[in-house]
Amino acid sequence: MDKDLVAAMASPLVLAILAEGDSYGYAILKRVRELSHDELEWSDGMLYPLLHRLERSGHVRADWGASPEGRRRRYYAITDAGRSQLADQRRQWDTATRTLGGIWGHTASPTLGMA
Amino acid sequence: MSAAIVDDDVAAWRSAVTKGGAVTPADADELESHLRDEIGELKAAGLADDEAFLVAVKRLGRVDVLTAEFAREHSDRLWKQLVLTHGADAGMPERFPFRMGMFAVVAAVLLDVAQALGRFTTAGDTVLRDLGFFVLPVLAAYFVVDRRLPLRRAVVLAAPVVVLALAVNLYPLRGGGDTALLVAAHLPVLLWFVVGAAYLAGGGRAGVRRMDFVRFSGEWAIYFVLIGLGGGVLVGLTALVLAPITPSAGDALSTWVIPAGAGGAVIVAAWLVEAKKNVIENLAPVLTAIFTPLFAAMLLVAAAVYGVFGIGRDFDRNLLIVFDALLLVVLALVLYGLSARDPLRRAGPMDAVRTTAVVAALLLDLLVLGSMLARIGELGLTPNRVAALGLNLLLVVDLGVTAWLSIRLLAGRSTAARLERWQTAYLPVFGVWAAVVVLVLPPAFGFA
Repeated sequence: MDKDLVAAMASPLVLAILAEGDSYGYAILKRVRELSHDELEWSDGMLYPLLHRLERSGHVRADWGASPEGRRRRYYAITDAGRSQLADQRRQWDTATRTLGGIWGHTASPTLGMA
Repeated sequence: MSAAIVDDDVAAWRSAVTKGGAVTPADADELESHLRDEIGELKAAGLADDEAFLVAVKRLGRVDVLTAEFAREHSDRLWKQLVLTHGADAGMPERFPFRMGMFAVVAAVLLDVAQALGRFTTAGDTVLRDLGFFVLPVLAAYFVVDRRLPLRRAVVLAAPVVVLALAVNLYPLRGGGDTALLVAAHLPVLLWFVVGAAYLAGGGRAGVRRMDFVRFSGEWAIYFVLIGLGGGVLVGLTALVLAPITPSAGDALSTWVIPAGAGGAVIVAAWLVEAKKNVIENLAPVLTAIFTPLFAAMLLVAAAVYGVFGIGRDFDRNLLIVFDALLLVVLALVLYGLSARDPLRRAGPMDAVRTTAVVAALLLDLLVLGSMLARIGELGLTPNRVAALGLNLLLVVDLGVTAWLSIRLLAGRSTAARLERWQTAYLPVFGVWAAVVVLVLPPAFGFA
């Protein structure tokens, strides 16, 4: 998949996953792989700068916790600002998929629908 | 493959990730936690420890790409900050520098007292002389207190200042006279050596500590100039803002605020150099690296021109002062070049450039000395000629030995440490000479 497209959908994707419930980096990535059926090429490390950007813009909140094995782990939760940002981005992606669907003659395919 | 070896691998990977400064230890914790989760999962799927580690690292992405992404997101981290309130974790000596503030106020007030006493309104030479006495002992006192020197050492440091103050003020120096000007020019140098003695008090190997004071002096000068520029903008804007209400505000500012500000800046600059020593790269060696080649080229041209055409009859006092200043700058370039050089490294191109500058400066100095001796033979000794002759003899010896050691260094027969030892060992000679000019020359020439 095109790099720019991946970058564009990365932030709504992460926000949507966090909207399902609090999570941490590794689990978020597993969820991404699951949702995209491993078709989304994303080097794992890139998630963290993105999470930090979302944290700085106030869309997510981060807290240090511990994993079941006792390792330090950083948990992320979506904020109210993040939810409204997600709703906003969802509207935009709906428009994009509707528009493209209109010319391609079908509605959003399952892969695009997840955003 | 045991778990301990994976721990080593993870530690090595971690240090590679944090090296550039874009990834903080907390980020590295987060990434390491991710890496270990992945390794655990891969091992559960049947991979060996080392295979799991390699796959997990590959999935995280190449270290350079990863750190570049962090750097893009956190570009502020690449700028080392001079945060003065961070206390212990940035290596700062104190939380709020009350002591420094006190001494800065003392220096500022003293200069305004001097102004009120009318010390700066008489002939030009008293300005420099008094500036030295009103400020530099305060700086020395700051170091005495800062380094908790015992009373006995403090008295030893104060004694020369008292002797100088008595001598300079009891000598019947004529305002604007030759000896008065010489005293005014040499006294700050001498007082700076007292500051150096206070700075160095507390032990350590003499040569190494002296080089520290050389570094301190360069950084101090840079900070002082920067603070001065900021202060100039502040004072200028204040004068302009107040001008419509009180047209004489500018005069009052330059009479009272500028001397006080300069006095305070002397102490603040010194404190800043000490406080940020561990935080930011030193600037003096950077400037030295830029200017050494340029000065080397300029000196080569000058040496060639004067070598061909001779120094001529018009070689007057002003030109002599210019030459002495130039030679002192060359010495400063050598000193600061050495101060930033790893003494154990072999000679490189910069050493060749420096050697060129020193040799050209030595040739120029020999020409100057020759012309000066001819002049003295013709016209006899005056205080100015003695002071100039002495300084140039000191410079010729210093430059000569420096040139010799630099050439041996280039030939691989000597070390930079040897050159550095020579430079730091020779420094006090300049102080002794300044003392001779201030204390001996005026009576010897009847305070002319």
